[in-house]
Amino acid sequence: MRLRSLVRAVWAFLMPALFAPALLMPAVGRAADAIIVGGKIFTESYILGEIAAQSIAAQSSVPVERKLGMGSTGILFEALKSGAIDVYPDYTGTLAEAILKQPQLKSVDEIRRALIPVDLVISAPLGFNDTYAIAVKDSFATEHQLRTISDLRRVQSTLRAAFSYEFMDRKDGYPGMVDNYQLHMDSQKVTRMEHSLSFQAIDDNAVDLIDVYSTDAKIKKFNLRLLEDDRGYFPVYQAVWVARKAFVDKHPQEWQILRKLEGSISETAMQDMNAQADIQKQSFAKVAAQFLGATAPDAESGAQKIWQRTREHLWLVGVSLLFSLMVGIPLGIIAVRFHAAGQGILIVSALVQTIPSLALLCFLIPVFGVGTKPALAALCLYSLLPVVLNTFTGVRGVDPRHLENARAFGLNRRQVLLRIVLPLASPTMLAGIKTATIVSIGTATLAALVGAGGYGAPIVSGLSLNDIPTILTGAIPAALMALIAHAMFEWLGWALIPAGLRKNQ
Amino acid sequence: MLILQNISKTFESRPALTDVNVRVAEGATHALIGSSGSGKTTLLRITLGLIPMDKGYVKLNEQPLSSFTPAQWADRIGYVPQDGGLFPHISGRNNVSLIAKLRGWDRDKIDARIEELGNLVDLDAGVLARFPSELSGGQKQRVAIMRAAMMDPDVMLLDEPMAALDPLIRRSLQQELKSIFQRLEKTVLLVTHDLGEAAFLAERITLLHDGKVVQSGSFGELLHHPADAFVTSFINAQRGVPDAASVAA
Repeated sequence: MRLRSLVRAVWAFLMPALFAPALLMPAVGRAADAIIVGGKIFTESYILGEIAAQSIAAQSSVPVERKLGMGSTGILFEALKSGAIDVYPDYTGTLAEAILKQPQLKSVDEIRRALIPVDLVISAPLGFNDTYAIAVKDSFATEHQLRTISDLRRVQSTLRAAFSYEFMDRKDGYPGMVDNYQLHMDSQKVTRMEHSLSFQAIDDNAVDLIDVYSTDAKIKKFNLRLLEDDRGYFPVYQAVWVARKAFVDKHPQEWQILRKLEGSISETAMQDMNAQADIQKQSFAKVAAQFLGATAPDAESGAQKIWQRTREHLWLVGVSLLFSLMVGIPLGIIAVRFHAAGQGILIVSALVQTIPSLALLCFLIPVFGVGTKPALAALCLYSLLPVVLNTFTGVRGVDPRHLENARAFGLNRRQVLLRIVLPLASPTMLAGIKTATIVSIGTATLAALVGAGGYGAPIVSGLSLNDIPTILTGAIPAALMALIAHAMFEWLGWALIPAGLRKNQ
Repeated sequence: MLILQNISKTFESRPALTDVNVRVAEGATHALIGSSGSGKTTLLRITLGLIPMDKGYVKLNEQPLSSFTPAQWADRIGYVPQDGGLFPHISGRNNVSLIAKLRGWDRDKIDARIEELGNLVDLDAGVLARFPSELSGGQKQRVAIMRAAMMDPDVMLLDEPMAALDPLIRRSLQQELKSIFQRLEKTVLLVTHDLGEAAFLAERITLLHDGKVVQSGSFGELLHHPADAFVTSFINAQRGVPDAASVAA
């Protein structure tokens, strides 16, 4: 018994000690006055983001921060509005369709005017057009004599396609395309797929047709043929810088530095850069530096990077876990005591769990901006359910005779809770906390999409590059962390669950 | 002396107890007996202070229950729940010492009291160190008695002490229980549905039926001078084996 009290005392001391460094670690926040360059989660956006960041860093004394690989248009737009980023590369077609919701706007000037009311500024085109295109394997095209999108009608009933989520949902994507070309594809054979995986799918002959960006280096690598847009359906996607008006007003010189890049990136130059990153596996920073005729900034060593990501990841998991304990356990107890409120609590925390993580991040960005805060908020919400539910189940499962006996022995409410209810519920509660921790470790990899770093950063950029080794530098440490957490909870089970209950198990 | 006077209790317009009187003399063992639904559990819960009564009062040595705090009352009434009611997550010893610890007793005082009570119920430290799941039915019962006696209460209140035990063990434990009661020198109120047990352990028996006291007296008085036909039928129903005369050869 003495040993157990000792273990508990040590744990009570260790627990804050474990979290303290993480809590003291400065949140990955915004340095005063730094210019923050954003970017989406695909190769070209990473490279353009690097080009912007390196150009400003080389020609200005204002510090530059990068928040590249931040998920989709919606996240970037919210980040820009909230001031979490200052500038990022995007395409005129995307701005018209996804942000302005006015697909009829075609010219750069029209779009620039339409963006004034939302306080956004765009540059002139950077020089290349990266539009949606439809790609098939070269061999498939030869076999079926496909040259244009219209030719697809001949094989429409048997076509198997994998399209990215964005392409499937945008009016100027799949729905408009089948409408315009009078294509009748079998909807059973049209799959939604993460864009970078669709190349693998078409290479494995799992599908016949995918959507691509016209400057994608993988078109060449996988021997794909672009089908000609013979009806001129796809809008023009001129790459431009998109910036907050406040940034342009505050840093006119730096905005001019970016504008000097207007018209300087040709389609072939962009394809080459994409190929250097995607196929030759050069870092985005190096590719951008070569284009700018500069030397790449020194990369951190692998160990430094992993340590940095480990700290970020631990912080995300640790803080969200602490929150879910502080909020979830009381909520679980309240849910047992007050039936109506309890049902409400359980339903709400279950509902939160059903929100897809990307969507939840999107909802949270207007409130929390980008970076660590929305990621933490999302993780807190996700880890709440297992803690609330298992506290509820554990506490409700305590034999009511024990509660009545405890009262008959003169224990007050607090003593009944601390001496009887919580110890008896502790095995179930601990199982819930363990679930929350391990789920958090996995879910925290998505935090990279809103610029919160962690093990998700290499996973996200590796996915966009279809680069398995890079993905593994994030996935393996995350799996290791989950294993360590598992072992830690085994030990905690020994230390915290009353011995009388363990022997029954 | 424990006095339950004119106690009435109604649950949602259904009377559970009507004008019940029980007097447990100092140092005596008194059995409260009745079949299920007779109101004996309700009376037990009222006596423990777990539920309020509608009318009447409970007095311990002239002091009414209402003048005690719940903790004070709990310390005066040593309660042994059905099957012992030990908390499964702590050892037998910690079950016994739980309340004393909460009341701030120091370690030496607790150790001394546990040793004294252990001798009394014949349990050694090795058995007390076990968890409830590792104890036999009789051992659990004795740990529960130690726990109830820990704060040196005025009255011990036992709820169906033998109900869950094997009939053979029951017989030997009844003998033990009787001698433990004698050694403890406490006033005991015993709730049971078993007339044999009541007759063996208690000097006086109060028979409850439909929330009312049917008769109160010694077993002999109930047997030979039954207050009404119900008493006789209750006694006969509990005989178990039929009379030889009523069984055909």
